[in-house]
Amino acid sequence: MIGAELKQIWQYLRQVSGDDAYERYLAHHRQAHPGEPPMTQEQYFRKRQDEKWSKVSRCC
Amino acid sequence: MPKSVLAKLLWLGIAILGASAIGGIAIHRGESINAIWFIAAAACTYLIAFRFYSAWICAKVLVLDETRATPAERFNNGRDFVPTNRWVVFGHHFAAIAGPGPLIGPTLAMQFGYLPGTLWILVGAVLGGCVQDMVIMFCSTRRDGRSLGQMARDELGPVGGWAAMIGTMTIMLILIAVLGLVIVNAMKHSPWATATVLGTIPVAMLIGIYMRGIRPGRVLEGSIIGIVLLVLCVLGGGWVDHNQTLRGLFDWSGESVAWFVMIYGFAAATLPVWLLLAPRDYLSTFLKLGVVFLLAISILVLAPDMKMPALTQFIDGTGPIFKGNLFPFVFITIACGAISGFHSLVSSGTTPKLLPNERDIRMIGYGSMALESFVGIMAVIAACVLEPGVFFAINSPAGVVGKEAAAAVATISSWGFPVTVEQMQILAKEMGEATLFARTGGAPSLAVGMATIFSTTFGGTLLAMWYHFAIMFEVLFILTTLDAGTRVGRFMLQDMLKYVWKPMGNVSSYPMTVISSLIFVTAWGYFLWQGVKDPLGGVNILWPLFGISNQLLAGIALSVATGIIIKMGKLRYAWVTGLPLTWLAIICTWAAWEKVFSPNPAIGFLSGAASMAEKLAAGTLSPERAAVAPQLIIGQRIDAALAFLFAVILWVVIVDMLRMSMRMRSGKPVLPLSESKYIRTRLDESMISTGQHA
Repeated sequence: MIGAELKQIWQYLRQVSGDDAYERYLAHHRQAHPGEPPMTQEQYFRKRQDEKWSKVSRCC
Repeated sequence: MPKSVLAKLLWLGIAILGASAIGGIAIHRGESINAIWFIAAAACTYLIAFRFYSAWICAKVLVLDETRATPAERFNNGRDFVPTNRWVVFGHHFAAIAGPGPLIGPTLAMQFGYLPGTLWILVGAVLGGCVQDMVIMFCSTRRDGRSLGQMARDELGPVGGWAAMIGTMTIMLILIAVLGLVIVNAMKHSPWATATVLGTIPVAMLIGIYMRGIRPGRVLEGSIIGIVLLVLCVLGGGWVDHNQTLRGLFDWSGESVAWFVMIYGFAAATLPVWLLLAPRDYLSTFLKLGVVFLLAISILVLAPDMKMPALTQFIDGTGPIFKGNLFPFVFITIACGAISGFHSLVSSGTTPKLLPNERDIRMIGYGSMALESFVGIMAVIAACVLEPGVFFAINSPAGVVGKEAAAAVATISSWGFPVTVEQMQILAKEMGEATLFARTGGAPSLAVGMATIFSTTFGGTLLAMWYHFAIMFEVLFILTTLDAGTRVGRFMLQDMLKYVWKPMGNVSSYPMTVISSLIFVTAWGYFLWQGVKDPLGGVNILWPLFGISNQLLAGIALSVATGIIIKMGKLRYAWVTGLPLTWLAIICTWAAWEKVFSPNPAIGFLSGAASMAEKLAAGTLSPERAAVAPQLIIGQRIDAALAFLFAVILWVVIVDMLRMSMRMRSGKPVLPLSESKYIRTRLDESMISTGQHA
């Protein structure tokens, strides 16, 4: 099935680029801290970016 | 036939093919050799090494345990600790380690001919670089994802920790300065390139605003829009270049571009990351992966001939691009692509926090580096498809071959690499540039090579577009390394300065951010400025310094790794990291010694300074050279001190590791192995990266 494969490639692209990171965070949050309100998408995105760029994340 | 026999035959076939390809490359002495031989030799080498050597290390030395929970599982927080699909981690790790280094170093090293560089990229990667990346990733994974510096402190002691910290910061300084110099040489007096690069800044900001405010977190959408806009920037640059009035506005001198790079680095380090740094990183990462993939396909389709000889006369140390003998300088020039110490900073601290299972360390650690090494081989091919005369005309500084075109071609032709002024003029016109003479730093010649390959593959037109697309691609991700490096360097500086004055350590204070960023930018800006002013083009000074500092960091990482292997009670396998460490120690010390003490003023910093001082005193320098000579003399002395410091730091760490190992052998107490406790994994394959818990 080409459709299924395309879908898989799309999902890979979303994961590798971090496009679906918030959805995965929400799923994680529901499981790990039920009842607590999760961060909004904007809060989450900013926090993740700040964390990423305060350590070495790109080489020469 | 049973399956196992078939597999054995297959691997035997790969081994024979690889061996004959390498043999063919090594003994070939004809007019030209096809690039496919290089691809075959590289692919077979990586496959064999991955299948056998990395598997052996994982089974016997590291003893990976797939039942053991990784830090990603144990500390899962949905942000930086997340068990993630292994191919996604592979993508992240490769994107993080693959920078401009493996493109530039091999290009510069082609002055020795294709053979030494190619062999070192292959051997250095499979026995050194890949091993370093994998073993460090293993060590960090077993230690809650700790960074190299922390591991050095925990396993070797405070001396190792401090050395790692100072080593990391100085490599950052030199790295940024030399990359800045590459940008300067690609952009100076090129209105097209300058206009394009300037255009990419508002594009990045626009995407930053889009991803933050308009469609938060929609990374793919934003990136696709951004890539389209970047291509428009290249077209717009071309339009500017053809417009006589606008053209002059973007025709910048080297000094102006250097100022631009410094102001830009400062701005990107102090602005919030979402505005400039993060969106540009998305764009440059997509572009980088796309271009690397396109280049691989094009080389396979086109199967170009390599015109560079296997060895040139410059193995005797008289090369125009940088001075120094084949030994040790080919090993210093090609750091990334063979062994890059910088990778140990990503292999520890970042990637281990995403690993779903220990067994993936092999593919992600060893495999990603093999792929990066392959990028280095492609850079070799892109440099060698050029006529050697053209290659040297682009890469030789005016101070070596002469300022006038006629003088330059005469000098280069006299070396046995014929080239004419008309040939260079036609080439420059085709690429949309006023001149391609003395465009040192590797980026322009790589762009000419890539443009030639791409254009021929895709119908033989649009050379100028491809050239400027390639330049934009190189500059864009050099700028990402530059700002990310300045930002991290600022954090490191604050971390160190807090011991001097406590408030300096406050990373969220705006005045401290500005002050420490200013200090850090001034520090690398100094070396960049020195490179821009240097009559020999600066690459001759800065690239070897960068190579030494990168190998120094690799030496620290391999010392930590060797120490840990010995403490694990595997002394008889300590050679796995000990052997590359020994090689690096020899190469690094030798190169640092030559750079400091060589009596040849073109190689040794001290004799270079002395000879310039002598000429200045005797009044034999031209007025324009005499004006910058005092700065350059001080600069060369600082460079000498730095190279000396690098060698000292390396030996301090090695001796510290050996001291610890000797104590251990004689039964004296040493710092305990800081490995975290075994916890059985409860992660199921299907749950990885869907965010679920077991």
